[in-house]
Amino acid sequence: MGGVHPEENKISTQAVIEPFPVPEKVVVLMNQHLGAPATPIVNKGDKVKVGQLIAEAKAFMCANIHSPVSGTVSKIDVCKDPFGVSKPAIYIDVEGDEWMETIDRTPDIKRECTLTPQEIVAKLKDMGIVGLGGATFPAHIKYNVPEGKKAEYLIINAVECEPYLTSDHRVMMEHAEEICIGVSILRKALGVPNAYIGIENNKPEPIAVMKAMASKFEGIIVEPLKVRYPQGAEKQLINAITGRRVPSGKLPIDVGCVVSNVGTTFAVYEAIQKNKPLIENILTVTGKKIPSQHNYQVRIGISYGDIIKHSIGELPATTGKVISGGPMMGKAIYNLDGPTVKGAASVLVIDESEAIRDKESNCIRCGKCVSACPMGLEPYYFSGLVRNERFAEAKDRNILDCIECGCCFFSCPANKPLLDEIRMGKNKVRAMMAAQKK
Amino acid sequence: MTKLILLAVLVLGVIGAIFAVVLYIVAQKFKVDEDPKIDEIAEVLPGANCGGCGKAGCRAMAEAFVKQGNMDGLRCPAGCDAVAQKVAEILGCTAEAAEPQVAVVRCGTCHNGSLNKSQYDGLQDCAFASSLYAGANGCAFGCLGLGNCAKACQFEALHMDPETGMPTVDEDKCIGCGACAKACPRGVIELRNKGKNNRRVYVNCVNTEKGANARKTCDNACIGCGKCEKVCPFGAVHVENNLAYIDYNLCKACRKCVAECPVGAIKAVNFPPKKEVAAPAAEPVAAPAPESVAAPVAEPVKSETTQN
Amino acid sequence: MKLLNVSGSPHVHSDESTKKIMWRVNIALIPMLLVAIAFFGLNALLVSLVSVACCVLFQWLIEKFILKVPSTICDGSAVVTGLLLAFNVPATREMFWIVAIGALVAIGIGKMSFGGLGKNPFNPALVGRVFLLISFPVQMTTWPKPGENLFSMVSVPTTDATTGATPLGILKENGTDALPQVWDMLLGHIGGSLGEVSAIAILIGAIYLLCKKVISWHIPVAFIGTAFVFSGILWLIDPTAYMNPVYSILSGGLMLGACFMATDMVTSPMAKSGQLLFGFGCGLLTIIIRTWGAYPEGVSFAILLMNAVTPLINRWCKPARFAK
Repeated sequence: MGGVHPEENKISTQAVIEPFPVPEKVVVLMNQHLGAPATPIVNKGDKVKVGQLIAEAKAFMCANIHSPVSGTVSKIDVCKDPFGVSKPAIYIDVEGDEWMETIDRTPDIKRECTLTPQEIVAKLKDMGIVGLGGATFPAHIKYNVPEGKKAEYLIINAVECEPYLTSDHRVMMEHAEEICIGVSILRKALGVPNAYIGIENNKPEPIAVMKAMASKFEGIIVEPLKVRYPQGAEKQLINAITGRRVPSGKLPIDVGCVVSNVGTTFAVYEAIQKNKPLIENILTVTGKKIPSQHNYQVRIGISYGDIIKHSIGELPATTGKVISGGPMMGKAIYNLDGPTVKGAASVLVIDESEAIRDKESNCIRCGKCVSACPMGLEPYYFSGLVRNERFAEAKDRNILDCIECGCCFFSCPANKPLLDEIRMGKNKVRAMMAAQKK
Repeated sequence: MTKLILLAVLVLGVIGAIFAVVLYIVAQKFKVDEDPKIDEIAEVLPGANCGGCGKAGCRAMAEAFVKQGNMDGLRCPAGCDAVAQKVAEILGCTAEAAEPQVAVVRCGTCHNGSLNKSQYDGLQDCAFASSLYAGANGCAFGCLGLGNCAKACQFEALHMDPETGMPTVDEDKCIGCGACAKACPRGVIELRNKGKNNRRVYVNCVNTEKGANARKTCDNACIGCGKCEKVCPFGAVHVENNLAYIDYNLCKACRKCVAECPVGAIKAVNFPPKKEVAAPAAEPVAAPAPESVAAPVAEPVKSETTQN
Repeated sequence: MKLLNVSGSPHVHSDESTKKIMWRVNIALIPMLLVAIAFFGLNALLVSLVSVACCVLFQWLIEKFILKVPSTICDGSAVVTGLLLAFNVPATREMFWIVAIGALVAIGIGKMSFGGLGKNPFNPALVGRVFLLISFPVQMTTWPKPGENLFSMVSVPTTDATTGATPLGILKENGTDALPQVWDMLLGHIGGSLGEVSAIAILIGAIYLLCKKVISWHIPVAFIGTAFVFSGILWLIDPTAYMNPVYSILSGGLMLGACFMATDMVTSPMAKSGQLLFGFGCGLLTIIIRTWGAYPEGVSFAILLMNAVTPLINRWCKPARFAK
């Protein structure tokens, strides 16, 4: 149902993952994940090593943060994130590259895992693992299945349906075995018989590699999926693999599913088997008009500006937008001094010819947004409701079902900012519901 | 022929009578008993349904007045004392005199592009833009310039200045209903007492970042240095969260703080321009800021004073 | 350095635009225009030109002097209205000025009075057509006889000495015996309005629109299918009194209406289920009006009636929710 076919533009699929050099200083934001910020446990002047815990999760929805570099904490202050909003942060001046002794940096692959499920979840928490698919949901909460609910399926999201992005593609090509070990560990943590790896059919190479590798493991099944955006949206993926549908307002676990990004499983492998906390992202630097395409393993806390400078030098003169994430759901950033955080999947440079929206015109009621909506909603109708501030009606028409995939705006011939309006409507509806609860 | 006319009159008369009876019965059956005072009060209320009183509209406010029977805690900000007086007469109680208020935009940026660090290309709505990023000028606290306040104003008292892109309040038209303040997602607009001769002193910034960071964001930002707090002889100024705030109930409009402020973040409006206290101190700080920011500050001062 | 742009996602857009959609419809209408010129001579071309020119002109005048908004004539929607209006009138010389009145009604009342493209509840071309049909019943039903073969009429416009009846007219007056051959009806070698005569030309245009995803199959299939089945039932009951269902769907404006008028995005439902219902209603009403109504043709009225209930259909037929 629904969906669109944006131009794929996967131009960086052949760029091998390179380690990104460590710059002179990094800034580690305390909001690396969904939920409350972590609490710094280091002070100004402290020496830190790579992988050392520098901020602790105090709240429930929170994750530990480890130092991505070795050096001295120069200050603990606020820092403007890529969107220009000040967030608490730890500034570190880099000195050398000294890692914690506990971290196994050998290239050997460690296959055996003797930990119990509880120990695995505890270690995920220690290592600050969060979902790398975009939402940065703390992993230890996801894998700690709540009382009374049972996980039946583990689904690995390797769909990468967003145009341009290739980090998942590259990870699968280069770290297939580690991923499969990571999947086995997660299977054990959840106690589910089978794990399904969903990959879109437009990636024949990773499908072949993963199929070959999965055959050596027990209970890992590679599922090639139809090419369609948003095939990788959680609810759509669950439906494509299990045939189940997550009801409105519920979570995947309510239908017995746990979905994890393929990049996360690689991070899980490194954390559990190699004791390496989550301090690096696989990040794509791509765009139609930039001179070279890259996939990097980048430490968190490096600014977007540094990444651009090292990889392509300067932004092309006709750059319209720099996007963190894919073109359909990623966020446009403007403060290139802002640091990357966990889960940053790309630096996407979009030319102004594509980036600037065409002028909005009258809705011609073509219904393209209705047929494109993967959730079976009526975006055009929300547009009118939100413009007229009829939020109660918008709620009745299930505006909160919207997964913000962007298919409606993408397909609108009149260029109406449908998703902008729906997002605003959702915010208002949530505020309205919160006010009613009080 | 006469027979025909008689017949027509008769038939029509009977039909008319039947309808009259039906109408009467229906009117009796669905009659709503309502205190006539509600209608009377609704009549004297301004009828703009601005929502400034917190009710859904003027009719709802009239009902609330009648239900309560007195005017405690209920006030029509749009109608001010004149309306309050009339309502009090209808209700047979006394109206408290309330200080008239006016909307004040507490942000010293401008949106003509000169301060922009990015361009905004989305839905023209402040609340939405605010959820996306800091704003075109990089300040996560100040005015976004997309005009939610102007859209909210029912009295045409607030419009976006085409030159600066900032909301400007027409003090003659503003009745202090507060619709704009509610519409602003960042709380930039505040209702303040009009003050004697419309003269007001207020902090023209809502940035709560630490001084150095605030200064990096905007030349006109309050840095929370506290000089104003010290110099105020009436204890009207307080610095909290790196931001000074002037309590309009205590402020006597002496303008000592205006002279003291090192960044020119405190604004005094509708004072005669000749006084030397404000002018020399304000000018050197205003100079580094783009001219367009300083201009609208000065202009209304002149025009307003001539009216007074 | 240039400033970076910020907006909400998505940051890319499909290359669809209103303009593209409208011009694609215009391209799809070309085969019908060519067939009309072939059979009815230059009159057909002139009627179409007058109609298009008037629609564009009236839209421009209304936007410039009455609504005082930027002109939108470039989006091609006025051209679509003009062509469709021309396709719904006979290709006679009298039509040159009558169609201009139709254009004023179509654009002025049918479209601009509601606020322009996208806001009109009724298909503007049909509003114009029905207005003309009621106001000029004689001129609107005086059909020129098609040329003997494809090229015999491509000459100087002749006088309208010969008039040919439409298959539906023949049926109303003479019964089912005198009907033309099916092959002639497919090709367009019959009397009738400018654009409705050739089923093949209409299908070529419709297939082009389907391939370009301007229209979906739901409305045309439901419309034609319902008309076929319903007239088939009547024909089975009494083959002498009612028309063969094949004739039913090939005659009159049914094909043109089903493929180009009922599928007008603005005035048809959004959801696929609603579109099926809409097509069904159109088909049913068409046959009812043709069989029991005063007019021989009912497509225009059927579509306009269904346009009127489109908001209700939209309310009732919602897309299936993914998450219950």
